[in-house]
Amino acid sequence: MKLKTLSSIPSSGWPTIPEQALTPGCGKMASLDRVKVLVLGDSGVGKSSLVHLLCQNQVLGNPSWTVGCSVDVRVHDYKEGTPEEKTYYIELWDVGGSVGSASSVKSTRAVFYNSVNGIILVHDLTNKKSSQNLYRWSLEALNRDLVPTGVLVTNGDYDREQFADNQIPLLVIGTKLDQIHEAKRHEVLTRTAFLAEDFNAEEINLDCTNPRYLAAGSSNAVKLSRFFDKRFLYLFTSPQPPHKALNPGDSV
Amino acid sequence: MSFLIDSSIMITSQILFFGFGWLFFMRQLFKDYEVRQYVVQVIFSVTFAFSCTMFELIIFEILKVLNSSSRYFHWKMNLCVILLILVFMVPFYIGYFIVSNIRLLHRQRLLFSCLLWLTFMYFFWKLGDPFPILSPKHGILSIEQLISRVGVIGVTLMALLSGFGAVNCPYTYMSYFLRNVTDADILALERRLLQTMDMIISKKKRMAMTRRTMFQKGEVHNKPSGFWGMIKSVTTSAPGSENLTLIQQEVDALEELSRQLFLETADLYATKERIEYSKTFKGKYFNFLGYFFSIYCVWKIFMVKFWSQHISFILVGIIIVTSIRGLLITLTKFFYAISSSKSSNVIVLLLAQIMGMYFVSSVLLIRMSMPLEYRTIITEVLGELQFNFYHRWFDVIFLVSALSSILFLYLAHKQAPEKHMAP
Repeated sequence: MKLKTLSSIPSSGWPTIPEQALTPGCGKMASLDRVKVLVLGDSGVGKSSLVHLLCQNQVLGNPSWTVGCSVDVRVHDYKEGTPEEKTYYIELWDVGGSVGSASSVKSTRAVFYNSVNGIILVHDLTNKKSSQNLYRWSLEALNRDLVPTGVLVTNGDYDREQFADNQIPLLVIGTKLDQIHEAKRHEVLTRTAFLAEDFNAEEINLDCTNPRYLAAGSSNAVKLSRFFDKRFLYLFTSPQPPHKALNPGDSV
Repeated sequence: MSFLIDSSIMITSQILFFGFGWLFFMRQLFKDYEVRQYVVQVIFSVTFAFSCTMFELIIFEILKVLNSSSRYFHWKMNLCVILLILVFMVPFYIGYFIVSNIRLLHRQRLLFSCLLWLTFMYFFWKLGDPFPILSPKHGILSIEQLISRVGVIGVTLMALLSGFGAVNCPYTYMSYFLRNVTDADILALERRLLQTMDMIISKKKRMAMTRRTMFQKGEVHNKPSGFWGMIKSVTTSAPGSENLTLIQQEVDALEELSRQLFLETADLYATKERIEYSKTFKGKYFNFLGYFFSIYCVWKIFMVKFWSQHISFILVGIIIVTSIRGLLITLTKFFYAISSSKSSNVIVLLLAQIMGMYFVSSVLLIRMSMPLEYRTIITEVLGELQFNFYHRWFDVIFLVSALSSILFLYLAHKQAPEKHMAP
């Protein structure tokens, strides 16, 4: 069993492997320069399919239940086409579960909400409740950062002022667009436009089983690039300016 | 005249139960989902209402409320309706919603759901053969035939749940069993979890970069699929894609580890909360109850015979209330754990079926705990069922379930401290 080999690593006192050694060819990237984007939403809305599509440009063949958190990496050309173009790794953290989980699960999830650079909120266009739950999801993630004492605001009511102060860029994505009848589309899209406005965020509506929604040059792809180009994502804690993260010419 | 008054009282209480079931469905079970098919909510509430009415009738029987002939009438009517629901309606709708989920069969939904229902009826009927539950002089579609089979299924379920509950309840609430969890333990596990995530991320960065360079060079990564694919990949794969497969395997192992660490951390948080809860007043009260009920359960396991019937009847009342509450809570937890937006309808209907069968067999079994003079009404209404069989069957399954739960919990308890001990 594969796990047997891993358990031989002592649980306390991990050997401190410098980041450079783990990623040969990317030695110039300091270990503090991480771009971390959370992907939140109810179970079953299609977060895993979305993350797979964003990172590997392929449709996920066998989606299964996400336990805990699954991470994937997207290579993004920051400010593509300009002289300041740089390539970054964007970590997409797909946190599983529901807003109504037991408080022990919520406390465990909270460990993933540290030092977040951006949040993608995912909802299912065919399920109104998943859209309403986005307010609770965003509060859960943002409170973790805004209140350093770690006390979660228990009143789940959406408070516009909390979002007015928020500097972390948000993006709202609606999935399963293909399952909405043509006739109802206008009504659904109006509703989601209000939702995105509340979060002061852009919105994208797509179907995760069809890569053409994010084809290069489409309006969705442009919105996505705009989101990933937001300056705040790259405000690192280290005082050094963001430097060239990796050389595409390096062989791995 | 009195019959009319009694009937109106019964109907009012049924409407109340229906409303409670409706609210429970809306607020608790389906609070994260959208109710698109209202028929599901109606069926659930109706099953709940008629099940609760049966318990209500037992209590009326003992307190001698209402006229005895009208009680008998309502018993019969209630039983007919519940059997109709449990044997005809709910299984048919379960089949219908399962078929609706499968895209291929969507066109002839009704036909396939009828087929499914007929299959269900066949197995349901066959269920009665190995059990000595009926004397052969009854007709095919009589109440006794149906209720005997429903009873067998329900009694088995009850015994399994009671056996597990009898062992789990003291284990959960008694502070003697609570492992000591400190904040340092939790922090250490969280640190391990985050380190594992970091390792996964660095490997995925390598993979992403490899894929990008391969794409720019014009190579394509073919995942080896099937027998011939694997043979081909041995000889003709590019070095880049070989690397990818290797790293992917390492990532899979790390992801499995991260899932385990996540579950362990959640478990520690839950234990910590239980410890804190046990220090509160409510916690101490339940702790005392835990000791009390564990003694009662041990008594049940060893079946001490000389206990006054009337005192055990009070316990029957407590058991009814707590088992309804316990069942609803367990059903809710189950539902949250296994349902998704597609299967929520089917699962709720399955839960309604289990709930109905559970309550019907409670009535069968409660007969034993009731004082002699009240047993007659149940015997009259339910006909000549072999009640003793049900009691013996319940005891056997209860014992089996309790013993296997003890074994299971012992193993789980032993395994856990070793994992959390810091070296």
